[in-house]
Amino acid sequence: MRPRIEIVIRGVVLIMLAPLLASCDEGVLGPDGPIGQAELTILYNATAIMLAVIIPVMLLTMGFAWWFRAGNGRARYLPNWEYSGRIEMIVWSIPALVIVFLGGIAWISSHDLDPPRAIESATAPLDVEVVSLDWKWLFIYPNDGVASVNRLVVPVGTPVRFRLTSASVMNSFFVPQLGSQIYTMPGMTTQLNLQADRPGVYKGFSAQFSGDGFSDMWFDVAAVPAGQFTAWVETAKTQGQALDAAAYGELARPSKALPPITYPSVAPGLFETISSRRVSADASSHQEH
Amino acid sequence: MLGKLTWAAIPFDQPIVMGASGVVGLAIAAILGFVTVKGWWPYLWREWITSVDHKRIGVMYFLLGLVMLVRGFSDAIMMRTQLALAAGGAQGYLPPEHYDQIFSAHGTIMIFFVAMPFVIGLMNFVVPLQLGVRDVAFPVLNNVSFWLTAAGVLLVNLSLFVGEFARTGWLAYPPLSELAYSPGVGVDYYLWSLQISGLGTLLSGINLTTTILKLRAPGMGYMRMPVFCWTALASNLLVVAAFPVMTATFAMLLLDRYCGFHFFTNDAGGNPMMYINLIWIWGHPEVYILILPAFGMFSEVVATFSGKPLFGYRSMVMATMVICMLSFVVWLHHFFTMGAGANVNGFFGIMTMIIAVPTGVKVFNWLFTLYGGRIRFSVPIHWTLGFMVTFVIGGMTGVLMAIPPADFVLHNSLFLIAHFHNTAIGGVVFGAMAGYTYWFPKAFGFKLDERLGKAVFWCWFIGFYLAFMPLYALGLMGATRRMQHYSDPHWQPLMLVAFSGAILILLGIGLTVVQLVVSIRTRERRRDLTGDPWNGRTLEWSMPSPPPAWNFALLPPVETTDAYWAIKQQGHDSAQLTAGPYVPVHVPRSNPTGFFLSFLAVVLGFALIWHIWWMAIAGLFGSLAVGLVQAWRTDAETVISAEEVAAFYGKQAPEEIAA
Amino acid sequence: MSMVDQIVPYPKAVPLSMRGPAPTRVVVGYGFWLFLLSDIIVFAALFAVYAVLSGETNGGPPGAALFDKRHVFIETACLLASSVTCGFTSLAVQRRDTIVAYLWMTATFVLGAAFLSLEHSEFAQMSVSGNGPSRSAFLSAFFTLVGTHGLHVTIGLAWLLIMMLQVATLGFRPMVMRRFFCFGLFWHALDIVWIGVFTIVYLGAR
Repeated sequence: MRPRIEIVIRGVVLIMLAPLLASCDEGVLGPDGPIGQAELTILYNATAIMLAVIIPVMLLTMGFAWWFRAGNGRARYLPNWEYSGRIEMIVWSIPALVIVFLGGIAWISSHDLDPPRAIESATAPLDVEVVSLDWKWLFIYPNDGVASVNRLVVPVGTPVRFRLTSASVMNSFFVPQLGSQIYTMPGMTTQLNLQADRPGVYKGFSAQFSGDGFSDMWFDVAAVPAGQFTAWVETAKTQGQALDAAAYGELARPSKALPPITYPSVAPGLFETISSRRVSADASSHQEH
Repeated sequence: MLGKLTWAAIPFDQPIVMGASGVVGLAIAAILGFVTVKGWWPYLWREWITSVDHKRIGVMYFLLGLVMLVRGFSDAIMMRTQLALAAGGAQGYLPPEHYDQIFSAHGTIMIFFVAMPFVIGLMNFVVPLQLGVRDVAFPVLNNVSFWLTAAGVLLVNLSLFVGEFARTGWLAYPPLSELAYSPGVGVDYYLWSLQISGLGTLLSGINLTTTILKLRAPGMGYMRMPVFCWTALASNLLVVAAFPVMTATFAMLLLDRYCGFHFFTNDAGGNPMMYINLIWIWGHPEVYILILPAFGMFSEVVATFSGKPLFGYRSMVMATMVICMLSFVVWLHHFFTMGAGANVNGFFGIMTMIIAVPTGVKVFNWLFTLYGGRIRFSVPIHWTLGFMVTFVIGGMTGVLMAIPPADFVLHNSLFLIAHFHNTAIGGVVFGAMAGYTYWFPKAFGFKLDERLGKAVFWCWFIGFYLAFMPLYALGLMGATRRMQHYSDPHWQPLMLVAFSGAILILLGIGLTVVQLVVSIRTRERRRDLTGDPWNGRTLEWSMPSPPPAWNFALLPPVETTDAYWAIKQQGHDSAQLTAGPYVPVHVPRSNPTGFFLSFLAVVLGFALIWHIWWMAIAGLFGSLAVGLVQAWRTDAETVISAEEVAAFYGKQAPEEIAA
Repeated sequence: MSMVDQIVPYPKAVPLSMRGPAPTRVVVGYGFWLFLLSDIIVFAALFAVYAVLSGETNGGPPGAALFDKRHVFIETACLLASSVTCGFTSLAVQRRDTIVAYLWMTATFVLGAAFLSLEHSEFAQMSVSGNGPSRSAFLSAFFTLVGTHGLHVTIGLAWLLIMMLQVATLGFRPMVMRRFFCFGLFWHALDIVWIGVFTIVYLGAR
């Protein structure tokens, strides 16, 4: 009975740890921006604090169960022991202290890492407006007047100030290596600030189920040096068709796994029009035909 | 004539669905045929289907949960298979429109039709016995509650064969679940089956709350109730307070879908986020509705098998009630990513964490109950120890996600999936299995096979770790929930490990059935003639197994917690408790109202789903008629004579009664 | 219920919670009271939704432009008066005074029906003028909140009719008495809910 428990526990610990160790550079565990980094630090700290209580509890559970087994003549049997004020005191205070500590972390970090809060930086932030559509992402660069679908290009080391909404159902905008996700909701605007510190291509996706095309709502985030970003904007300005009402209407139709597109210009105030529900995607055709 | 229902609703073109439906249909036909050939219908009708005995109803609830566990688990296996295959460019074998139905059905079934029947079934069976009374407060209503749940089950299963199920996830968030984005009948199946079964659950909650607060054996004050009764009280109070919110929320979504209202629509001022708030005001208490009774079961098991009283009874009671109350002020932690602002997120994060304090206290108290015990390693204690080790991990990841910025990167990821399966399997399922093994001999008079029971435990225990530890890792690697395929081939090995865990759990479920069959076949040598096979502490062990319809010939006197243990310590045994003098006992008569109401509820639900209005009206008026017949019934009770009671205990008819 | 035979008188020193199962009358009343509590939670959810959506008129008329306060005042008077007659019904039932009970039941029914018909005419007028529940989120919330109360009154009236028949066929046996008690609780609870509706929806209309 006992050796089996031990084998199982050892196996379990290995299974728990192996993938973590193997995957340290991916997703949430491999942040490349200040927000993601801060969130990972919180994850590590909080986990460490709680493991300090939980590992002893797990060990004591198995230890007590083993030592006080019915067959063990050396174990003391206390058939009427049911109360100890001192132990009760400890039993309430250990979790309470842990929670006071973690509660402090929760309260402070909620404010420090509140998604609308600007990232302190010497570099002026880049504004990006994000619209989730069935089933793709539209990124509008209001200052440059360009837009792109399913590919977000941002300059490295520059805070990016997102405003987000949805043209149809709810989605959640998430780039794990950069940090915080946030919902995109029809008729509402959310805000998010992120920054990429290293050049690279990061995976972004929707983290809120939104229908049949949900699994294809991936997009690439290309973090490029400032010069390259300007060049990308200039190129985008010369290519393709303008994102006017007609083009938006076309884009808003449900489609899956759309390859990236860029638009040289965007109808003025398009984001506000969408977020205030003055245009709506053709809802009845949500089901792809 | 038939509303939206046409032949196109039957998925003839889908061999998997047709095959599954065919097999299920054949199995049902075979069972019905077998029962008919054996001539068991009159017995089943009289003793089970129309029974208002809380013990029988409890058993039926649990059986319903077991059957639906198989259905819900087959969904799980299909999902795990799909994700083991659909890596890189591969699309797996389930297209999104199927996959989406499968995960929606899996969640709905596992929560409403597996976990709830398990927990309600065990509460139904055990609570009146532990309280030392003869039945619940409203026995007929109890039967109605059960059959309404069964009606919900039937509707959900019909959706497999006629039409489709929701493709919206198990909570059907609008606007996706609105008519504009889900025009099919799937969401309607979801809504009506949950409205019908939800009504059953609410009635059951009222019933058990009244039972616990108003019907207890003489001497059983509140602080003498077994801890399981306390947790059942907390759970049922939550049912009474939370389920109406669910009913109201679903009713509003139904009005949107059927009558063009604008509660949660994208247009005309509707507000989808309001639904998400409301549904979690029900949904978070629901978590505790399920886990608190499981905590109670572990408390009973750990005390009994350690051979000593539960450590810190008062703390346990207080912790239970604190959790009960706090569960209503944490709902927003399910959507920190809505952007509600730092103060709101911080508040709900901290409230959520505070729940970890009483929960932690409980874990410590179980730990100190083990201390100084003489622990007999029977199957129920296996589940309990497995729970204690596993649940703390789920608790830890839960507190982790209560920190809003941590949730910003973990929300909706497979990490979240791993977390709530960690608490749902490690807590509720382990608890239900512990309770099932613990109270089975009380219900049927013989013990379940120990070796197979341990095999079931190890399959679930190891299977759980194999299936869900990889999901924690995958979540951290950026894998989100409800995806039908993924592009990163690195995830596939972990998905395969998770698949193997699911297979092991499948084996565990299979062995549960084997254990049941083997134990029934060899029941003669497993008989427990004492009524107290585990050397129990609470009143349910003071009576013969299975207990008579009236539970207690005389209500037992209660002078302390662990009432039966105290009686045994004083040198009495159950024979003395049941020695008479006997009096005639009033017991409620069997009643077919619940069964007929449930049948009509299925008719009504089906008609509404398919817009067959004449049938809906027929169903409605039919239910009304059944209700009226019940209202005029005056033969609700029947009397069992003192002689009959005496005969049950093998005694002569008492002479003292006359005097 | 099966517990009645167990009741033995207890000395005052024994706390109520330790005196064994409560009598059936108490158990039934308590259970029904819990049901009413859950029902009131349904209304609480609907009130909350109404509060959230009351400004979402979608370009349509707001409450102040739609509601006729005099009309609603008469409605309210009918319902409150019906609560008084319902109380008199209970007293008559307790005295097992069949004729008086029938008189008060009839009065209660008439007042309840008057309330319903007034509400119906209000709803019909609004719907006909294009301000039905599909007009805006505000009107959806309005019709649902007020309509749910109306539905409860309808059920209450049906229940009252059934009680009239039950007295006629079964007489004032304990089962019927308990049902009267529950009906009284139900009817008064609807009054309390209506006071909330009247204050928040009609008096608070902007």
